[in-house]
Amino acid sequence: MDELRRVILDYVVKEYLEEGDDREVVVDTPLITGGIVDSFSMVSLKRFLEKKYTIQIPDAEATPTAFDSVERIASLVERIRGARAGA
Amino acid sequence: MADAVEVEQGCLARVRQHFRQELDGLRNAGLFKEERFIHAPQAADIEVEFPAGATPRQVINLCANNYLGLSSHPEVVAAAHAGLEARGYGMSSVRFICGTQDIHRELEQRLTTFLGTEDTLLFPSCMDANAGVFEALLGEQDVMIADRLVHASIVDGMRLSKAMQDTFKHSDMAHLEEKLQEHQDKRFRLVITDGVFSMDGDLARLDDIVALAERYGAMVFVDDSHATGFIGKTGRGTHEQKGVFGKIDIITTTLGKALGGASGGCVSGRAELVEMCRQRARPYLFSNSVPPVIVAGALKVLELISRTTERRDALEENTRYWRRLLTEAGFDIKPGESPIVPVMLYHAKLAQDVARDLFAEGIYVVGFFFPVVPKGQARIRTQLSAAHQKAHLDRAIEAFVKVGRKHDILNKSKKAITERYGL
Repeated sequence: MDELRRVILDYVVKEYLEEGDDREVVVDTPLITGGIVDSFSMVSLKRFLEKKYTIQIPDAEATPTAFDSVERIASLVERIRGARAGA
Repeated sequence: MADAVEVEQGCLARVRQHFRQELDGLRNAGLFKEERFIHAPQAADIEVEFPAGATPRQVINLCANNYLGLSSHPEVVAAAHAGLEARGYGMSSVRFICGTQDIHRELEQRLTTFLGTEDTLLFPSCMDANAGVFEALLGEQDVMIADRLVHASIVDGMRLSKAMQDTFKHSDMAHLEEKLQEHQDKRFRLVITDGVFSMDGDLARLDDIVALAERYGAMVFVDDSHATGFIGKTGRGTHEQKGVFGKIDIITTTLGKALGGASGGCVSGRAELVEMCRQRARPYLFSNSVPPVIVAGALKVLELISRTTERRDALEENTRYWRRLLTEAGFDIKPGESPIVPVMLYHAKLAQDVARDLFAEGIYVVGFFFPVVPKGQARIRTQLSAAHQKAHLDRAIEAFVKVGRKHDILNKSKKAITERYGL
């Protein structure tokens, strides 16, 4: 697992799993459809990514589908960072 | 002209087809909600027609928010009648044009005294109060930090505000403290919580929340809809129970549960905040006044519950008794002290099946499952009332035990239930 995915995974576990919640979260675990993250509390994850990687995730791209796993989130971050680097 | 009609018909056909498919999807997923028709005033014993067209049957009601049993109380009904005669049926106006009667202001003042705040503003419902309050008070320099299990109306209200949104894990004070530290750069910080959480029945740790808010310079907002009238020694709410009466900046609550159960809600709190809601809260500005008949009934309710604590004491006793009966029978219930007593079944279909079988046994309860509660947390939410007699609860536990045996869920752990039924 690369650094980006590790950072996101660590944040998800720390921010969203309640004490005593022993569910295993891996990079392709469904987060929104799996009931780990809901759209209400998803905003802190978006803000964390924006701050950590100095990016702006457009609201139109911060969808429950795009945030439904660590893998998808990492792909979104990579795409936005790639587009910025190529600009 | 004929072409226009055909286009319109084609459009309507597409719309109908789209929504029929959506509705079929809800049915197939077991998420379709059906109303049960009650052929009686709200009470502990009611006549219910379900499914539609079936002969109405007498059942014990264990799912109303009629906590104090005042929904059909003769003195409340009489006061509502008198109010109807004295002040008419409707106002045909919003409050600030020509929709404020003397009794609206009287009720606001009485609620202010009861809740221990500085001022109060009535709304058509607590849903409307929650929809209006955040947008009216906060801007983009501010942050709202909400418990993750707050009521849906708070979530909707927060989404209407320009202030930054954040959340903390349910009742996790360490997590809340982290968030308060993180947002020290904001102009105002508002910590948002339910007083009693509607699905789990647990109480917010308001004493700890107020202490943290004082330490980090934050305001505290509490939706006390499932507490006003009965939580706390004199029924003032969660802030009374937790020893922080007078220390909550904004309380929203409802007249639609313990306080007579009709409709209407309010924002109550610091005078300037309430006044700003009067100036800016859109559901207040753009919807009609609470009808005089409801105001008159609510005034009587406040008089009754300020005179004696008998009803909230009876509710407390019923709650203790029912929790004991369920525990002794081997049901897995959420611990707590509120009259919301969730019986945990974890599996959505099991919750629906148990509710259906209980109805057949004369007990009216409803199963709750995702997305109303988290996945794998399906349950039957039972709610007590001061109107229940011990005989109601004895009869109810007999039915619960019978149905529990049928589904083999008595004295079974979460692990055993989920191994058998899944999540």
